[in-house]
Amino acid sequence: MATIIVDNKSYTVDERQNLLSACLGHGLSVPYFCWHPAMGSVGACRQCAVKQFKDDRDQSGRLVMSCMAPAINGTRISIDDPEAKAFRASVIEWLMVNHPHDCPVCDEGGECHLQDMTVMTGHVYRRYRFPKRTHRNQVLGPFIRHEMNRCIQCYRCVRYYRDYAGGRDLNVFGSHDAVYFGREQDGVLENEFSGNLVEVCPTGVFTDKTFFHHYTRKWDLQSAQSICPHCSLGCNTTASERSGTLRRITNRFNSQVNGYFLCDRGRFGYEYVNSPHRIRRAVVRQERHRGQSGTTEEVPQPFEFAADRVRQARGIVGIGSPRASLEANVALRSLVGPQQFYQGIDEQEHQLLSTILNIFRTGPVPSASIHDAEQSDAVFVLGADLLNEAPRLALALLQSIRQQPMEQVDELKIPRWDEAAVRNAVQNRRGPLFLAGYQRTWFHEYATDTYFAAPDDIARLGFAVAGTIAQESPSVPNLNREAGELARRIAEALSHAQRPLIIVGTGSRSQATIEAAANVAWALHRQGKQPRLSVVLPEANSMGLALLGGRSLNDAFDAISQGTADTVIVLENDLYRRADQAKVDAFFENARTSMVIDSLDHRTAAHADVVLPAATGPESDGTFVSQEGRAQRFYQVFVTDGDVKASWQWLSDLGRATSQKNDRESGVGTWHNFDDAVSATAMVAPEFARIGEIAPSASFRLVGQKVPRQSERCSGRTSLTSHLTMHEPPPPGDLHSPLGFTMEGYRGPLPSPLISQFWAPGWNSIQAVNTYQNEVGGPLRDEMPGVRLIEPGATKVAGWFTAVPRAFQPTDQRWLLLPLSAVFGSDELSNRSPAIVERIAQPSLSLHPSDGTRLGLQEHSVIDLAFQGATYRLAVHFEPSTPVGTVGLSLVPDVSGVSVPAWVDLCAAIKIERTRRAA
Amino acid sequence: MKMERPLTEHIHLDGTTRTLREYVKDGGYRSVQRLATMLGPKDVQRLVTESGLRGRGGGGFLTGTKWGFVPMGPSAPKPKYIVANGDEMEPGTFKDRVLMEGDPHGLVEGMILAGYALDAEVGYIFLRGEYHLSAQRLTRAIAEAYEEGYLGKPLPGTTFCFDLHLHASAGRYICGEETALINALEGKRAVPRAKPPFPQAVGLWGKPTVVQNVETLYNIPHIVNHGSDWYRRLSRTQDGGTKIYGISGRVTNPGWWELPLGTTAREVLERYAGGMSDGVRFRGLLPGGISTAFMTEEHLDLPMDFSSIPPEVGRLGTATMIVLDDHTCPVGFVLNLEKFFARESCGWCTPCREGLPWVARILTSFEEGRASKEDLALLDMHTKWLAPGHTFCGLAPGAMAPLQSALKYFRDDFERHISLRHCPWSKKPAQLRVVV
Repeated sequence: MATIIVDNKSYTVDERQNLLSACLGHGLSVPYFCWHPAMGSVGACRQCAVKQFKDDRDQSGRLVMSCMAPAINGTRISIDDPEAKAFRASVIEWLMVNHPHDCPVCDEGGECHLQDMTVMTGHVYRRYRFPKRTHRNQVLGPFIRHEMNRCIQCYRCVRYYRDYAGGRDLNVFGSHDAVYFGREQDGVLENEFSGNLVEVCPTGVFTDKTFFHHYTRKWDLQSAQSICPHCSLGCNTTASERSGTLRRITNRFNSQVNGYFLCDRGRFGYEYVNSPHRIRRAVVRQERHRGQSGTTEEVPQPFEFAADRVRQARGIVGIGSPRASLEANVALRSLVGPQQFYQGIDEQEHQLLSTILNIFRTGPVPSASIHDAEQSDAVFVLGADLLNEAPRLALALLQSIRQQPMEQVDELKIPRWDEAAVRNAVQNRRGPLFLAGYQRTWFHEYATDTYFAAPDDIARLGFAVAGTIAQESPSVPNLNREAGELARRIAEALSHAQRPLIIVGTGSRSQATIEAAANVAWALHRQGKQPRLSVVLPEANSMGLALLGGRSLNDAFDAISQGTADTVIVLENDLYRRADQAKVDAFFENARTSMVIDSLDHRTAAHADVVLPAATGPESDGTFVSQEGRAQRFYQVFVTDGDVKASWQWLSDLGRATSQKNDRESGVGTWHNFDDAVSATAMVAPEFARIGEIAPSASFRLVGQKVPRQSERCSGRTSLTSHLTMHEPPPPGDLHSPLGFTMEGYRGPLPSPLISQFWAPGWNSIQAVNTYQNEVGGPLRDEMPGVRLIEPGATKVAGWFTAVPRAFQPTDQRWLLLPLSAVFGSDELSNRSPAIVERIAQPSLSLHPSDGTRLGLQEHSVIDLAFQGATYRLAVHFEPSTPVGTVGLSLVPDVSGVSVPAWVDLCAAIKIERTRRAA
Repeated sequence: MKMERPLTEHIHLDGTTRTLREYVKDGGYRSVQRLATMLGPKDVQRLVTESGLRGRGGGGFLTGTKWGFVPMGPSAPKPKYIVANGDEMEPGTFKDRVLMEGDPHGLVEGMILAGYALDAEVGYIFLRGEYHLSAQRLTRAIAEAYEEGYLGKPLPGTTFCFDLHLHASAGRYICGEETALINALEGKRAVPRAKPPFPQAVGLWGKPTVVQNVETLYNIPHIVNHGSDWYRRLSRTQDGGTKIYGISGRVTNPGWWELPLGTTAREVLERYAGGMSDGVRFRGLLPGGISTAFMTEEHLDLPMDFSSIPPEVGRLGTATMIVLDDHTCPVGFVLNLEKFFARESCGWCTPCREGLPWVARILTSFEEGRASKEDLALLDMHTKWLAPGHTFCGLAPGAMAPLQSALKYFRDDFERHISLRHCPWSKKPAQLRVVV
């Protein structure tokens, strides 16, 4: 630590920081633009100038840029120095030369860093009297709006997009006072993390286009803490609403998870909440109308009907869901009994999840947070297509490859925050990142080595790496030379790393790959390393569901077909996505009563006798357990109209309505608020014991008050309903959380799970996060980043996985059809959001060019593929990275419900071929 | 005694280039032969340090000191680079062009020696894009040097092998700034880099790099051949060697002359350039390119070197002077410069990117008779704020040097533009149109 003197007061700071972050960390206001806590300093904007003195006798001093000066012990600076203040005001004056002053019509207004900094410097009066330069704006696709005239040339956008996020199609053009930030020409911003530009841009050049379509000012939003439901990583978000419409998603800083950035699926996938396909009424559908949505029988009391059917049931099958909250699943399990609770996932996924759980429960290697991934200095990814299955983790790995070269930077005595110098010193050197998979993406350009092969071969590579690291682990017979040498290189890189990380996924559905990854991690552990293992899971709460336990969907089908049960309750699950149509049809056919609790219309809901409208994430409270095993709470943002209730509440109501006198003391029927749900969950399994610790309970109060979801400046409370009533209606109550649906309540420091909007006096933009951290860029003050439910149970490897698969052999007639996840298209919920829908590619079949030639297919042609009882129209992509003998099928909405991997005779399955106009 | 002109003595005055044969006949590449027997890299470094050679690009930094920052020895990063800065885009400056067109092998030899001294095995000549003739002649000279084995093979009696590449710039004034030059060489935007780290530690492709002005490099073979004492004696002052001085503007005989460092401006102007043209009077001069401050009559007897001009007066720069006469409006003169600077700003830092165009617009309004007292205050504000350390690199402070000194020496002329509501030098009255 070092002591610096700022305006004659001493402060203790970390000497590895620059003066700007050191000052901000102590709550001293120094304005800035080009610096960003995650992206370091480049010294471009000159806004953070302070006066630096040589010693206590130096009266004149000199202006320095605080972002470019190290916080060396004894540094003496002044922020309040008149010359420094005047210079900083001048910088704003220069920036305002061309800034349009269109704040009243600018989407950024009210949360604009440029506004904040302008006020901070005190510049008010315009002296420039000449014309402003103007630019033409670009159409950048469904996510981002572009208004270049507002640009203040801080260069953050290109530094973020290109240097941090690996994007290529945003750049800076031109020079002098006409520099332009945009694409070479109009078009969709390609990078999967483009949405962060909205928060990275300090003013209104890049704004959220989905928000624009239902815009409201920040101060009018009602917000609460959310957890992203669109993949298994559990990124923290803030969801914001006004007048019954969910308006936007913004990043919510969590130092262990998402830090400052989200992916575009997470940011722009929220509009399913506002979808016209939402189920808003409880309905009963008579048997003859099954399968035809919209034709419902008017049953006056659908819930009573449902309760009756539950009471009459001769055995109930309860089907849970990996996208429903832990509490909702526990509620269902409690209602139907543990023996009748089914996980709602197919046999294969069920098997994979239990393997993964065993690896973490019994193995010595801990799971990795996204933060851990960022810090790791050698990474080996087996099978997972991160960019499409867990995008935020790919973004973390783009930072991890900077870890090893940083050692050289340290030797050169370049501070790590000196971003431009670091990049100049590092150039194209990258730390080890090995990607093994069967689908090439742009992310592979950053890999040290890539390996494209069928899942079994990827598993063999993994086993070989493990075998090279630890001789005791099983070896791989008949490994080809290329794979053997690669395995040796990977083993060497991992063994030389301080913090190696192994990542594997469930996307390829390969048990062997997961076992191989575990062997690699365990082998490293055996060598005294401290590796981490990260397993990408299919859905937001897959890990929670795995921990809860239960049988697979096939067992549920059997229970109905064998007649051990006659009633089905499906919780937030579209079974047609998980099993083939005939099986699900038969399942509903044979059940006397089927009930679905869900938020969006889908084929399963259309087949149900009773549909109960479930709240979406932002309309309910709940807990998700991320792939890391981190339990995190999300809170209800707003009260929606219709009969909508949180799933656990419907189940609790059913429990109450159907409970026998003798079990009124326990069970889901006794739950009255969310705290009851949490307490009951904590009892279900030992690993859930700490579930109550992840966030304050409903009874939590500060100075006797709840925490408001609305800002102090929320406008129109009394006028919004003035056409209906002259009186101000009371705000909805909230029994379930310490939050209130009001403007009133406690304003002050909050436990981090209760911080929805980052906001501080003088800091109206997202940059206000600085004021919630002791050290800028570090954890939030008293951060509660969620609770990790699984830590290594063993200190030693008990045994190795030994089932090394045989090498993949292409056959003459049949091809192995492999699933290809799509960041836009493979997630059930975001697929119902219009902006995401615009980005979903048409379904396609990828195959190696030689296979294409063998099948007589033309690149870019369109084929009909008859497969598993349905016919799919697919575009043909020749892709040299696709392993010969396999084909990739993109999992977009039109192709949902297929069961892959599967072997298919393409010669027979391809029905017609049409030539498509070249794209 | 005959005045020694080591750099330009043999240059043809008809504009043709010296051939390799001529060059070798007059002692060219002799220094390279000497390396084998007499001089190790440290000896070359020592000679250069003792010679007092200072950078001829305008900065005047001691070359030996600069070289001292380069990591040496077996643990030093490899490869190291030596870069010749031939991006001579400074208005009024043409000294490097004279050398490169007239005597291309001198640069090749200078770079070999610099490379040898620093154990830098790769050299780049970064050449101004418009210098087509220099490019042709250097290309040929490099090819000849490869044929003769000066390049691409171990130098006789040593293990040192030097490769040299010519890179013609894609344009822009900022490429003359050494770190922007490095970025441009790497194929990046020509934006300067922050220092530290200095290029000697982290330069081209992240490796130790020395960037030297072309004229500086031409001196090195002569220092190696004749020694540092000889070199120091060439000059009239403590800074060693000769300097190519130049004059443009309304003088009788504009041109360039290689003279002892420390020759006064008056001597160059009156003895070599033949004084002012008939009918015009001297008002001031920019001593070396347009990013130096005006010198007026009272400064003409200062020795023109890197240490004799007091900082409050200005600095030598490239020593190729531009003369302002009494038939030229000083405001229009400065406006012309500021338009250039505004256009050539790279757009990286705020004060330069936004300040310079504002200054140019204000000066335009002076010329159009629309300026007010407040505009004078705004100009003063810019000269105060666009100072070294406030901006990212030296471009904007350089742009302020002529403006600030013009405001000091010719303030009356600025004020007359305001009171007369037109330019006193213009025959046309102020036009009533919107300034664009």
